[in-house]
Formats: sequence, C-alpha cells, structure tokens
Amino acid sequence: MAEEKEMVSIYIMGKQYRVPYGVTIMKAMEYAGYRFIRGCGCRGGFCGACGTVYRKPGDFRLKVGLACQTVVEDGMHLTQIPFYPANKATYNLEELTPTLATLLRHYPEMTRCLGCNSCTRICPQELQVMDYMAAAQRGDIAKAAHMSFDCLMCGLCASRCPAEIVQYNVALLARRLYGRHVAPRAEHLARRVEEIKAGKFDAEIERLMKMDRLELQKLYDARDIEP
Amino acid sequence: MKLPYFPGCTLYTRARGLDHSTRAALAALGIELEELPNWTCCGTAFPLAQDSYIGMVAAARILDSAAQHNGRLVTVCSFCYHVLKRVNHSIKNNAEARRKLNDYLEQGYGGETVPVHPLEILKHDVGFEALRARARGRLKGLKVACYYGCLLVRPAAEMAFDDPENPTIMEEFAAALGVEPVHFPYKTACCGSYQVLNAYDVVASRGREILAAAAAHGAQVLITSCPLCQFNLDWLQGRGEGTVLPALPVLYFTQLLGTALELPAEGLGFESHYVDPRPLLLG
Repeated sequence: MAEEKEMVSIYIMGKQYRVPYGVTIMKAMEYAGYRFIRGCGCRGGFCGACGTVYRKPGDFRLKVGLACQTVVEDGMHLTQIPFYPANKATYNLEELTPTLATLLRHYPEMTRCLGCNSCTRICPQELQVMDYMAAAQRGDIAKAAHMSFDCLMCGLCASRCPAEIVQYNVALLARRLYGRHVAPRAEHLARRVEEIKAGKFDAEIERLMKMDRLELQKLYDARDIEP
Repeated sequence: MKLPYFPGCTLYTRARGLDHSTRAALAALGIELEELPNWTCCGTAFPLAQDSYIGMVAAARILDSAAQHNGRLVTVCSFCYHVLKRVNHSIKNNAEARRKLNDYLEQGYGGETVPVHPLEILKHDVGFEALRARARGRLKGLKVACYYGCLLVRPAAEMAFDDPENPTIMEEFAAALGVEPVHFPYKTACCGSYQVLNAYDVVASRGREILAAAAAHGAQVLITSCPLCQFNLDWLQGRGEGTVLPALPVLYFTQLLGTALELPAEGLGFESHYVDPRPLLLG
C-alpha cells in the first residue's frame, strides 16, 4: 500500500505505533493519540519543556532531543522526560555575593561531581555541562554563566547525574549572580530612562499617536533597519 | 618556554597566592604557563581501591587533554600533582585500568603525559645554579623549614619525586635562593589533611608538633606546595592555637621564590595569610 511506505514504526514507552514518516516526535505522539497538557510549550525548540530520550536499534547509545525538534526514525524507542524532580534553592538575589561560597551554600552537592561527563553527553543543546560545572566548582561565576547561557532547563543533565547534582539550577544561580553583581551596569540604559522620564520623546510619541494608519505604515516601511 | 598548566580548583579560590606566585615566578624565569582551556577537578583523593575507576576518570581526561598539547603538564598543588601522577602511573602500568578508562572516555590514552611539579622544573629546566644567579640577596640568612607533607613524596614507587624518607629538593631550592634551609624531623609528617573537617583535634596536635619542631630548629618561616598543609598550619596559628611564638609564617615555596626574584609583593598573595609574612619578608 503506497500510504504504508510513508509510515515508520516507533515505540512510545515500549508500545509500537505506526506514524507518518518525517514528522517530529511531538507530532508523532499526537498522531498516536497522546494529548499534551504538559511537556509541551513553545513547539519551537526554545522552552525546553519536551526533552526526550531515545535509542535506535543496534546502537547502545542513549540519544536525546527536544520532541518538537527531533524527527522520528524507524525503530526508535522513546520516552519524553518533560520534568525531573530537582533541588531548587530559594534566595534573595540582592543579598547574595557572587562567590563560590554562595553557590556552595545553596547547592552543596555540587562538589560531589566525579567528572563522569554524563551531563555533557546528554545535553540536547550540546552545552559543555561538565565544564561549566567545573568552572562553578572553582568559583568562576563568569565562565559558568557564559558557558551555560543557552541552557533550556530541560533537566536531562540532572536525570543522568550520578552525584544527584542539578546542574541547570546551579547554572541559573551563576547567571543571576553574574547579571546582578558581576556584569557592568548598562549605563546607557539608565541615561535613556532618565531622558524618557524628562520628556525628551513626548512630542515624538504625540505626533505618532495622531497619525492615521497609512501614514504610520509609510513611516514604518521607510524606517532605518539595522544591518 | 611554554608549558601546559593545570591549576586545580583550590588555586582559583583559597590558594590564589599559590597560583599567582607560581605563574609570576616561572614567567620571570622564562617559563610561561598556559592554562588548559577546559579542565575539571582532578578528583582530589586518589581512590584507595585499585579498581575504583570512576575516581580516576577526571584525572585521566585531564592527562589525555594535555597529551594533545605537549609532553608535560605542570601542576603545583600537592593534591593535584599526587592524583595526576598516580592515575597516570595506573594507566601506564595497569592494563585493566588503561582499558576501562579508555573504554569509558573513548580515547586511546596510554600515559604519555608527564605531570611535572615546578620544583622539578626549577631543578631540571631552570637549574639551581642559574636560579642562584637570579635570586637577589634580600632573603639572605632567613631560616626556612621545608615542609613536604605526605602527598609529594609518597608512595615513592608511584610518585618517583624524591627520597620518601629524606627528600632534599626543596632544601636545594631554598639554598639556591640564598636562604638557609633548616633540617627538622617532621618535614614528611602528615598535617592531618582533610581531618580538619571532622577531627580538628588531630590537625591541631599534628600542626603543633610540626610547627614546634620547625621553630626548635631555628626556622623563621615554613614553606610548602600544598594548599591544605598551608591552610592547616596557618589557620591553626590564626586561631591562636599554635604553640610557637612568634607565630611562624607558612608560605608557598613559590611565594618565597617570587620574593627572592623581587617580584611585586602585591602579586604574590600574602594578604590572605592568617600569619602575615610581610613584616618578616619585606621588612
């Protein structure tokens, strides 16, 4: 049957389904009858809600991908891990100092890292998770913040860690500390806010508010576009 | 000469003085240390069980990453040096360890990297005679106790660093700086190490013995290459629980080297010591 050739077999939590060739894991699961009320967010590869682990026949390696971004393959065994229980510290960022002591006070388990690299191997964003944790362990907040910048907080690193570290929450704290206490303040922003408050742009806004749609559109089309 | 360098985590935090003085002093002698681009904790403690391979994975990865740069890998912390050297020894001499670690890391590392300690570089690359010519006389007559602790020299067969009972490389180094090494019987005694966390009394009694012996033999300062020895012996006195008066400054050997080379004292990390060595060293 011609239609059958366009189908592949996948195994969702061990049960076989025939799904259309070329669709994402998320679409395939919906095709198979699943309805997502959690474990599905932006559908655009950014929110990290749909972390999925899978294996392919004849390959011992555990593979990962976001369900909304990863295309199904014949014989794939998969399960989605949309959430993983994680130790999450609460704190008042204003009161913290950007030091190793701060990281250790909130996440003392981070020193249990053995350097196995399981976190890096599973990261669907291909981040160097073990290396940013190594930077965090030696108090290099800036390096930990920069190296973890593209983290989606999908939680797969924490699911694999034999030391039960929650890498993505440590990294989140590092980025917050960096942003609040290490990175230079954006002085130009403060100046612009003052200018706005002082009414520098009021006349311009007034003028725009009074324009009709066609005028506005003409202005919009003729705007300066950054290269 | 450029050499790859593994600082170790503590040298980024409590033992910054060891890191800064090592880099600055070796640079002044024409040796530039190039930090590995990415590195993790070495594991800190070499596994007591021979087949506890997970405890060797991090060190094996570090050694392998250095193999791609150059034959040698410099590390100055006694813990890091100890772990890297022993893991390398296992990989070289234990086929099972070599196979297991390479299987896991998916590498073909056979122990090619040679972990080296700056004392070895000073002895073999710079040369103690050349060092003697470079060192200024400002520390002349200073009496220095050279404290090796356990990790640099033992187990002798694996560390192959110096005589495990009576090592002398640090005394040779000190003599080259123009200071006067004093000989005292506790130079390879254990300071109590990480027992400081759960058996403070052990560290306190070990520390008092070591400091008292050094002082009894006339030492004015004590030098070491171990961040934990430095901390234990210095902190004990900072708490007012040493028995030696005046208190004995506990320095990294690289801080003494930097001082002898007349490098700016601000770059040598003296400000974080509990017993301030500056009045004695800088006058």
